[in-house]
Amino acid sequence: MSDTAIAERAGIGASVTGRNGGGFGGNGNGSGGNSGASHTPQRAYVTGMVIALSGIAMFFMALISAAVVRRGSPSGDWRPLIVSGWLARILWLNTLVLLGSSATMLHARSRARAGDETGFRQWWIVTSALGVCFLAGQLLAWRQLVAAGLYLATNPSSSFFYLITAAHGVHLAGGIIALLVVAFRPARRMARGTAVEIASMYWHAMDAIWMFLFFFLISGGRS
Amino acid sequence: MSSSPQPVHAPPRAPIGFFRRYIFSTDHKVIGLQYYFLSLVAVTVGVVLSLLMRFHLVWPRAHMPFVSGGVMRPEQYLALMTMHGTIMVFFVLTTAPLGAFGNYFLPIQIGAPDMAFPRLNMMSFWLTLVAFGCMLSVFVVRGGAPISGWTAYPPLSGLGSITGPGEGMGQTMWIVSIGIFCFASLLASINFISTTIEMRAPGMHLMRMPLTVWAWFVTAVMSLLAFGALLAALIMLVLDRSAGTSFFIPYGLVVNGELQVGRSGGWPLLWEHLFWFFGHPEVYIAILPGMGITSHIISNFSRKPVFGYRAMAGTLCAIGFLGFLLWGHHMFVSGMNPYSSLAFSALTLSIGVPSAVKTFNWLGTMWGGKIHFDTPMLFSIGFISFFVTGGLSGIFLAQPALDNMLHATYYVVAHFHLVMAVAAIFGIFSATYYWFPKMFGKMMNDTLGKLHFWLTFVGAYCIFMPMHFVGLYGGIRRYSDFTGADYLVALRPLHMFMTIAAFATAAAQLIFFYNFFKSLASGAKAPENPWRGTTLEWATASPPPIDNFAGHFPHVFRGPYEYSVPGAREDFSPQHLPPSEVAGTAEGAPNV
Repeated sequence: MSDTAIAERAGIGASVTGRNGGGFGGNGNGSGGNSGASHTPQRAYVTGMVIALSGIAMFFMALISAAVVRRGSPSGDWRPLIVSGWLARILWLNTLVLLGSSATMLHARSRARAGDETGFRQWWIVTSALGVCFLAGQLLAWRQLVAAGLYLATNPSSSFFYLITAAHGVHLAGGIIALLVVAFRPARRMARGTAVEIASMYWHAMDAIWMFLFFFLISGGRS
Repeated sequence: MSSSPQPVHAPPRAPIGFFRRYIFSTDHKVIGLQYYFLSLVAVTVGVVLSLLMRFHLVWPRAHMPFVSGGVMRPEQYLALMTMHGTIMVFFVLTTAPLGAFGNYFLPIQIGAPDMAFPRLNMMSFWLTLVAFGCMLSVFVVRGGAPISGWTAYPPLSGLGSITGPGEGMGQTMWIVSIGIFCFASLLASINFISTTIEMRAPGMHLMRMPLTVWAWFVTAVMSLLAFGALLAALIMLVLDRSAGTSFFIPYGLVVNGELQVGRSGGWPLLWEHLFWFFGHPEVYIAILPGMGITSHIISNFSRKPVFGYRAMAGTLCAIGFLGFLLWGHHMFVSGMNPYSSLAFSALTLSIGVPSAVKTFNWLGTMWGGKIHFDTPMLFSIGFISFFVTGGLSGIFLAQPALDNMLHATYYVVAHFHLVMAVAAIFGIFSATYYWFPKMFGKMMNDTLGKLHFWLTFVGAYCIFMPMHFVGLYGGIRRYSDFTGADYLVALRPLHMFMTIAAFATAAAQLIFFYNFFKSLASGAKAPENPWRGTTLEWATASPPPIDNFAGHFPHVFRGPYEYSVPGAREDFSPQHLPPSEVAGTAEGAPNV
C-alpha cells in the first residue's frame, strides 16, 4: 500500500509535465525517487501559483475599488484624466506589446513541446524583451503625463493612474526576473516543466490584469 | 501496510550545525517553534504596555518607570495604546495560532513530511521577525511610538509629525512594519493553502481532516484575501504622508492652527473601508484557529466524536465567508450611509447563527462524555465561556442605534477583549498544554497548569466584566485621564478593581512561564500519545523526527474523531491504523 503511495506521489510530477507539455523531463525530485530533499509534488507549485494570483488579484481589486470610491467621494475634487493624443497611442501600443508577449510565450512553449530547446529559449527571451519594452513604454506614458503637468499629487485621478500603473509595473518586473531565471538557472526542487508552467501562468495573469486596468484607466475619466 | 516496521525510504538526516538546524531551518517544526517564541516575546511586551496603561488610569499623577519625564502625558498613553493593540493583534493573535501551531501541526496532521514550500516558509518567518524589529524600533526613534491606534486612522496618521509626536518617524516605521508583516502573511497563507490541498496523505479526504486543519485552512484563505487590501491601503497612506497626495486627507484641514495646503479633498472614510475590509477578517483570523483547537481538544478529552463534524467544518467556512461582509459594523458612527449600516447590522447578526451552531456542538460533544478535566480541556472550556460572553455583547453592538451610544466607551473594549483577545489566548494556552508533549517530548506539570487556568479564568473575568459597566455608564475609551469629569471620577473604584485584577492576572502568567521552562528543562518524558488521541500527530515520536514519520508515509483509514467506537479494542481508533488493528476481535499488540 505504501508502494502505491510512493508511486502516486512520484507520478504526480510526471503527469503534470506531461499534461502541460513543458517538454523537458523533470529534473526535480518529483519524477525521481524521493531522495529526501523535497517531498513536494510538482502539482503543488501550480496550485501555489493559482493561490498567489488570487492574492494579487485582491490587491488590485482593493486599488480599483478605492479608485471607484474615491471618484465618487463627496468632495467632488476628481478631475477626469483624459487619455488622448500621444498618451493614448503609447498606452494602446503598450497593450499590444504585452498581448504580443503572451503570444510569443505560447509559441515558446509549443517549441518546448516539440523538443526544440534553442527555439524555446529564443522565444522565451523575446517574451521577456517584450516585457521590458512594455515597462519602457509605461515610463514614456509617465513622461507624457509629466509633460502635461500631471504629477502624482496633482489630482486623485493622476494619483491613481501612477499608483495603479506602478503597482502593475512592479509585478511585471518581477515576472521578467522570473522568466530570466527560468531560462538561465534551472530550479533545484522544481522540474523545468513546472517552472515554465507557473512562470507563464503568472505572465498571462499579469497580461490579463493589465487589460482590465487599461480599460479601467481609459474609461475611468469619462463616466 | 503503513505500520510496517521497515521505512519506505531512508529517513533524511537533520542538518548538521546549530545555525542550519535551529536558526535558518526550513523544517516546519522549527519554524513553528520560532513563531511561538516570537509571540511569547511579543505577548510579554504587549502585557507590560497594558499594565502601564491600567496603572496610569488609576494613578494618573504617579511617577512611572519607562516614561520619559516621569508622569505620563496623554500622547504617551495613546502611544502605549497603539503599540499594545498592534503588537497583540499582529504579533500574538495572528502569529501564535496560525504561524506557530499551524506551522507545526498542519503538515503532521495531514500526514505530510513538511510544508509544500519549505524555503518560502522560512522566508515568511524571517520577514515576520524583521517586521517585529521594525515595530519595536518605534520606541527609540525620534518622537516615539505613533498615537493613531492599531487602526491608524487618517488624517491623524497621514500628515506626519504635525499631528503628534509619534506621527513622524514612529508612524512611518509602523507602516513599514505592518507592510512587511502583510507580505509575510501572504506568503505564509499561500503555503498553508497549497499544503492542505496538495500534501495530504493517502486516505486523508477533506472530510477526514482534523477540525484544526479546517480552521487553519479557512484562516489562511482569509489572510490571503484580507492582507492584500491592507497592503494597498498602506501604500496609499505612505503616499499621502510623503508625496502630498489626497487619497485620505480632506480639503482645508487645519491642524494645530496650520492649514494643510495642497490637499484636494480626500476621504478618510476610504481608509476606514479598506482597513476594516482587512480588519474584520483579521478578527476571525485570530479566533478561527482557536475554534479548531477547541473542537479538537474537547472531543479528545470527552472521549467522544465531535458532535456534527460536517456542521463544524461548514460553519468554519461560513464564518470565513461572512467575515468578509461585516466590516461596516466598525463604522456605524463614521457618518456612513445609514442604509449601509442596516445591511451591515443584519449581516453581523447573521454570523450569530454559525457561531451558535459551533457553541451548541461543543456542548453536544461534551454531553454524556467521559470528560477528563486535564489542563488543555479546562482552557478549551474557558475558550467557549469567553467566546459566548464576548459574543453576546457583540449582539448589542451590532445594532447601529445601540452602537451610537456604546461605540466610544469601554463597552466595546470589554467586548473585543473577551471575544477576540482572551478567547484566542485561551485557545493558544490550551494548544500549548495539549501539544507541549509532542513539541518538546516533555510533559507539563498538570497541577501548576490547573492553578494557572483558574487564576487566569477568574482574573480575566475580573478585568473585563466590570468594564462593561464602565462602558454602559459612559466611560469613554482612549482617554488617558478622567479626573476632570465628575461622572467619570465616580468610576474610579471600578477602574481600581480592574487594575488590581490586571496585575494579579499578569502575575499568574509567571506560573505559566515557570511551568513552561521548568518542564522544558526537567519535565517527565512524554510518551508518543499521552492524551490517547486519534489524529496523526499522535502516530509519531515526541518530538517528531525531521520528516515527521521517520521514512513512513502514513495511510489514513478513518475520520479524525473516532473515540469510544462500539466494538473497538480501545476507546480511541487512531486514523492511521488499518481496520484489522482497531477491531476488538483482532490479534496483535495495541498501538500505544
